[in-house]
Amino acid sequence: MDLSYGEAAETFRAEVRAFLSLHWPPPSDLRGGDLKQFVRNFRALATEQGYLHRAIPKRYGGSEQPVDVIRAQVIREEFQRARAPMEVGGNGMNMTVPTLLEKGTEEQKELFIRKTVEGDYIWGQGYSEPGSGSDLASVRTKGELSADGSKWIINGQKIWTSQGMQSTHMFMLVRTEPDAPKHDGITYLLIDLDQPGVTRRPIRQMTGEEGDHTFCEFFFDNAETPVSWQVGERGQGWYVSRTTLKHERASIGGADGLGKQFAKLVDLAKEVGRIDDPIVRDKLAQIEGSVLSHRYSSYRIFSCAAAGEDPGPVALMMKLLLTEIGHEMALLAQELIGEHGFLEPAGAGGRGNRGPRGPEKWLDQIMGSLGNSIAGGASNIQRNIIGERGLGLPRDLAMSGER
Amino acid sequence: MHFHLTEEQAAIQDAVRGTLADSWPMERVHAFADGDADFDRTSWYALMALGLGGMLAPDSGMGLLDAALVCEVAGEAAAAGPLIGQLLAVAAVAASGRGDAEALISGKTIATLIHGGSDYAPSARAADLFLIVDRAKGVRLVAAADVTIEAVKAADRTRPMSKVSIADGTGEALFAATDQMTGRLADAALVLVAADALGGAQKVTDMSVAYAKEREQFGQPIGRFQGLKHQLAHMALDVEPARALVWYAAYAWDAQLPDAPRAAAMAKAHLCDVYVRATRAAVAAHGGIGYTWEYGLNYWFRRAMADRAWLGSPAEHRARAATLAGW
Repeated sequence: MDLSYGEAAETFRAEVRAFLSLHWPPPSDLRGGDLKQFVRNFRALATEQGYLHRAIPKRYGGSEQPVDVIRAQVIREEFQRARAPMEVGGNGMNMTVPTLLEKGTEEQKELFIRKTVEGDYIWGQGYSEPGSGSDLASVRTKGELSADGSKWIINGQKIWTSQGMQSTHMFMLVRTEPDAPKHDGITYLLIDLDQPGVTRRPIRQMTGEEGDHTFCEFFFDNAETPVSWQVGERGQGWYVSRTTLKHERASIGGADGLGKQFAKLVDLAKEVGRIDDPIVRDKLAQIEGSVLSHRYSSYRIFSCAAAGEDPGPVALMMKLLLTEIGHEMALLAQELIGEHGFLEPAGAGGRGNRGPRGPEKWLDQIMGSLGNSIAGGASNIQRNIIGERGLGLPRDLAMSGER
Repeated sequence: MHFHLTEEQAAIQDAVRGTLADSWPMERVHAFADGDADFDRTSWYALMALGLGGMLAPDSGMGLLDAALVCEVAGEAAAAGPLIGQLLAVAAVAASGRGDAEALISGKTIATLIHGGSDYAPSARAADLFLIVDRAKGVRLVAAADVTIEAVKAADRTRPMSKVSIADGTGEALFAATDQMTGRLADAALVLVAADALGGAQKVTDMSVAYAKEREQFGQPIGRFQGLKHQLAHMALDVEPARALVWYAAYAWDAQLPDAPRAAAMAKAHLCDVYVRATRAAVAAHGGIGYTWEYGLNYWFRRAMADRAWLGSPAEHRARAATLAGW
């Protein structure tokens, strides 16, 4: 075993570091719009250098680098160390771009990828509906061809759309063949959200939080999108939606975050004078056993990715493990803050950024860990995935789509 | 970064697995569990014939990770015999230059481990030597002639413990408490017990999954039902990521990283809890059959309880880990 990245990676690290020391951080007198432009230029420069958008061809605004998880990790580490911005995040980068690269037409790639990469287009994910969560293939939002066959006319509702208030576009699954079997009647469409047929409404979450970063629901009332914005074949949308970004996915970033959070929990125990309490020490060490399991497992997964090997079932477990550890940390934090637990979580109602945050900030963690158990694949679905794909147990008949 | 096993390491595990499947099949486990021996010659010499006894000798070209991989498979098979004591005795004797490491490596001389402050050792009646590892007092090697053994009815039927009395100052002192090797041997013992626990926890998870695929109720394999599927997923979620904790602790020991003692304590505490949880969940997943003596799950459950109690409880090691972290 060897936890170093090797000599070539360290040479590369020196290069990245030299680049960053030259171009980041921005000069101190930049403000507002100027700073935004500086960041934009910085990202363009870093892309030119081959550090960002590595999996995207140059003609669409990427840097088109060969897959190299070690290099990608070094870049992440150095950018984080310098607190330099990496790619614009969100659904666009994670979902739209990879889907278009794999299944999109040339026209779609040219229209959307560069704008997404540069942060001009922000994408909402139009999968979930009020009656269609984990059983995604049951979507009911309707798509019908216009009389002249040039447009899709969309009617229905989508819900739980992250970044919904800022989204400029949406990729969505709509039912276009009402009589086809469940998985075969769905089409994958891209749509401009800035049109009269689209109404968006923020959803107030249990955290109390409202504002730009919350979920939205969308209502489509004869909204339109050109037929040329349909991705993949008509009726094949279910399969188009299965596309994922396969490149350089492995990272040990998630483990770092968890480690930092755990360190803060230890600090909290010290701050409140409970660190000498044997029960608190035991509980902390118990949680740390899981934190370290998560961290070293991420080394394992990362090593396999670097060697082009399949890491096996452990890779299916990381999300659920993270959720469960978050929950454990939240419970201990609540115990440690005692009666501050009566307070409203610091981030609630958008008040999070006002003034210093006290012990109640840990309550964000409690609600956040609950959110984790739903977002990105609910915990029960994760358990199904571990059971079926990891342990090879038979699929639940109701979910197998067998007829 | 290379944080996974080499082909060679996987091959070692396969060889040990094959040897134990032949020399320690389930019917022998049953017979042994119902008898009163505390040692099994056949599987012991079959294992020693693989030449793995000397893995922890300084010049073996192998290390604690390799030894942990072997102990993991021994845990899987619920193997009898003082494997951990033997491996550590070789390390101690070879590093001190005292005693006959060769006879230990071949398995002809049998050594068992007794933890400082404890009254119990596995396979004590078969042991020629007792390796006493005590962080506070150092490491000693005592001949069987100088110890008194009192038979007890042991809970762990695969690796029965006997009560052992050893008078202070008997035998040969190999390392003083201040010698670095004393702490290292104590840490290595923790990692190897953690590996045994890992193997056992994985084994009972595999048994449960296999049972869920084969056993039918309401006309379908029970593993199709979400309630059980989720329970099995939870067992796997508890066990599989913890594997890396054992790997890291062994790696840290081999590389002599500063956090090696803490990693060993964390691995021992965590894996022993995982093992007990996994065996409990396995019995639940099996239903009535899991609770019968004949089915055998109880051998792993009892071994899980023994691993947990051996060399200090999880709470003890967590307390130590907390102190080592400077909390």
